[in-house]
Amino acid sequence: MTAQADDELWSAIGDPSRRRVLDLLVSHGAVSASWLAGHVPFSRQAVSKHLAVLEQAGLVSRRKQGREVLYQVEADRLDQAARAMGDLAAQWDRRLATIKRLAEAAHAEAKKKGEDP
Amino acid sequence: MADLVIEGEVLIEAPVEVVWRTITEPDQMSQWFADRVELIVEPGAHGYMGFGDQGGPVVVETVDPPTRFSFRWNHPREEEPVTGNSMLVEFTLTPEGNERTRLRVTESGHELLAWPDAEKQRYADEHRGGWAEYLDRLGGVVAKHLSG
Repeated sequence: MTAQADDELWSAIGDPSRRRVLDLLVSHGAVSASWLAGHVPFSRQAVSKHLAVLEQAGLVSRRKQGREVLYQVEADRLDQAARAMGDLAAQWDRRLATIKRLAEAAHAEAKKKGEDP
Repeated sequence: MADLVIEGEVLIEAPVEVVWRTITEPDQMSQWFADRVELIVEPGAHGYMGFGDQGGPVVVETVDPPTRFSFRWNHPREEEPVTGNSMLVEFTLTPEGNERTRLRVTESGHELLAWPDAEKQRYADEHRGGWAEYLDRLGGVVAKHLSG
């Protein structure tokens, strides 16, 4: 994956409105843009824009069914994004746990010295 | 454009000054962050963080003892880090009484992915699962019928 593709991915899911669209696609499967517009607090035009960005980032694909165009999530790509975010969060959890251990040990040490000089 | 933000928080049984030293002194930072930390904790100071044989530049942004510390990293080597080409790491320390500190960290930015190539390959190779985590992280609804 190229750096540019990464950028697209993160900016695509960095927007709360687009995450709302993604959530609806995840929970309802393949649906049309009109259906989505009926389930979000923003315009049909905004929905189309968000879908275009999500499609560009590879998170959403479209297919024709009769006269309708249906949108669906791309599981692999979304999974990839989820894992990357999960990994970053886990990394910070580990770092924070280490900071806690270090600070508490330093504090305990200082207290001991203070009590017993 | 909205940034993606990773957040974490921990409650530490130590005064805020002790926690401040732990997160800002280079010899302490090298224990919880990078293997090699070359950094002067002053706004605008340029430093370096080494992870094994990899590493990169860091630029300190905010130093407001003992409650706020932030730096930018993951920007291209020849560029000054700004919004859009780097990640911003921000620490906020809140005293809770005399002997307890709440430490909050956020990492945010446009280019959130600075994984090594091996990691990228692993993601490319593994295509299963991840839905629950995605929904957890992005605050969505549960997607039971899509897992099949």
